[in-house]
Amino acid sequence: MRVGSIAVSGHAEASMADRDFMIARAFDAEGAAILYPRKATRRRRSVLPGFGLSLGFTIVYLSLIVLIPLSAAFIKTATLTWPAFVDIVTAPRVVASYRLTFGASFGAAAINTVFGLLVAWVLVRYRFPGRRLADALVDLPFALPTAVAGIALTGLFAANGWIGSLLDPLGIKVAFTPLGVLVALTFIGLPFVVRTVQPVLEELPRELEEAAATLGASRWSIFRRVIFPIVLPALITGFALAFARAIGEYGSVIFIAGNMPMVSEITPLVIITKLEQYDYNGATAVAVVMLVVSFVLLLAINALQAWTRRRQGAQA
Amino acid sequence: MTPAVHPSPLAKRASRESGVTRWLLIGTALVFLTVFLFLPLAFVFVTGLKKGLAVYLAAIVEPDALAAIRLTLLTAAIAVPLNLVFGVAAAWAIAKFSFPGKSVLITLIDLPFAVSPVIAGLIYVLIFGLQGWFGAWLGDHDMKIIFAVPGIVLATVFVTFPFVARELIPLMQAQGTEQEEAATVLGARGWQTFWRITLPNVKWGLLYGVILCNARAMGEFGAVSVVSGHIRGLTNTLPLHVEILYNEYQFAAAFACASLLALLALVTLALKFGVEYRARETRHTVQEIFE
Repeated sequence: MRVGSIAVSGHAEASMADRDFMIARAFDAEGAAILYPRKATRRRRSVLPGFGLSLGFTIVYLSLIVLIPLSAAFIKTATLTWPAFVDIVTAPRVVASYRLTFGASFGAAAINTVFGLLVAWVLVRYRFPGRRLADALVDLPFALPTAVAGIALTGLFAANGWIGSLLDPLGIKVAFTPLGVLVALTFIGLPFVVRTVQPVLEELPRELEEAAATLGASRWSIFRRVIFPIVLPALITGFALAFARAIGEYGSVIFIAGNMPMVSEITPLVIITKLEQYDYNGATAVAVVMLVVSFVLLLAINALQAWTRRRQGAQA
Repeated sequence: MTPAVHPSPLAKRASRESGVTRWLLIGTALVFLTVFLFLPLAFVFVTGLKKGLAVYLAAIVEPDALAAIRLTLLTAAIAVPLNLVFGVAAAWAIAKFSFPGKSVLITLIDLPFAVSPVIAGLIYVLIFGLQGWFGAWLGDHDMKIIFAVPGIVLATVFVTFPFVARELIPLMQAQGTEQEEAATVLGARGWQTFWRITLPNVKWGLLYGVILCNARAMGEFGAVSVVSGHIRGLTNTLPLHVEILYNEYQFAAAFACASLLALLALVTLALKFGVEYRARETRHTVQEIFE
């Protein structure tokens, strides 16, 4: 998921007709009303070609690749009776997997919220050697195949690994435990908060802080009362993006998790296990639960991003 | 850029952290990035090369590895152009015209990013698998999609579906329609307008989307794993090959192959960085012209 999308400028929808109207109105308000009587309500026909072709292709391709295949999951599940469906999706092993998947995803997103804000702050505000390298490396989890991340993290955090051997004497076991799931999901979600917060911090007017400082506010209360409220929408959006990505994650987790049923088995793995046992109904029922959660999250994220954009727009 | 009123040095100092705080924050951030980003990356290359260059190279030129590399390249070579054409078409329709249901369409395009890769694989099994909608028909006609290359391509197309469209839509919306309208009014044909006006305007965003799309296409694991069937030399992509080697405790070989994918990730990051830089430069130039 790409974050920090480009803000759509106000004139995106404005065409030449709009401009003519505005110019006419600027010179002569009444005249403009006469020349462009139904400006506000009339739907303009664009002079540009290719609308039917491009929209038609878009809808056909979207339906063939995404919508029809996704509907297959719901249609398949609809053949189950309601009690049978509930039985499958509330079986103890499945419920244990939800608890791990959602718990670890929440934890990882929370870790990324704290450290993501810190990393974004450091990258935007300070100059230090290696800053540009660190900045470029933040996107690594987007670019590195998840299986590679999985085996690398497992090797690092195994009891004899570079990091695992430091934690082992302290009695902390990461690889092949639920803690390993948390580590993998933290890796996967790392770029989201950094990349949503970074542009907001970059555009934060320094005068605000200077004004607060002149008025006698301490550095901490400036952060808490001036900076934090401004970055909060971006922070929540980043959290939601990282969380949404984490609940579906498979590749980076299965190597480090240990995959013990009831203990360290994530929900996507439950789906795969059922599929390998040719339990298509079971796999699909659990998948539908995950899909519904994902869709709700997607809508929530869209609303959050609209909110962030509005806040940024109001500021500028 | 600089505001007309210059704050007193006192205010400036008070609105910045002390040296100690500053270095503490930088240090913490760098430790976090080192543990989660730099060390995993370094670990891949170190472990891959641990047993020497000869073992490393042998793991890569081994026939199954080469077959996996070929399949990975083939998959990306099909999935990326398909989603590129889709992305351009979708962005053209959405950014250049107004129609009802536009925001719903944009949300639907984002759907594949919200879906777990495992579920992306599952839905194609439900349709084309042995017990799926077309399973019997495909069997009668001696065709195979699941546990074969077409399934791998389909699953990859699904997970990389939004990349190009997502880059292009906001970019083309921000650019508006005035230039294209002017070209059309001056007599340019549709494709002429597209090739000479629209494409040059969005080329960096387009390239950016293609780079990300390609990285995901070559690196996809979960979705491909469900539909692949893991037949060595036939339906293993490079990430699946890495998994098999790793599960067979051939760690040096697994990490050698993984290092190829890590290299791909580094090239992706470098290209992305370059494209972002160029896009910024172009934007600045455009701003300068207009100011």
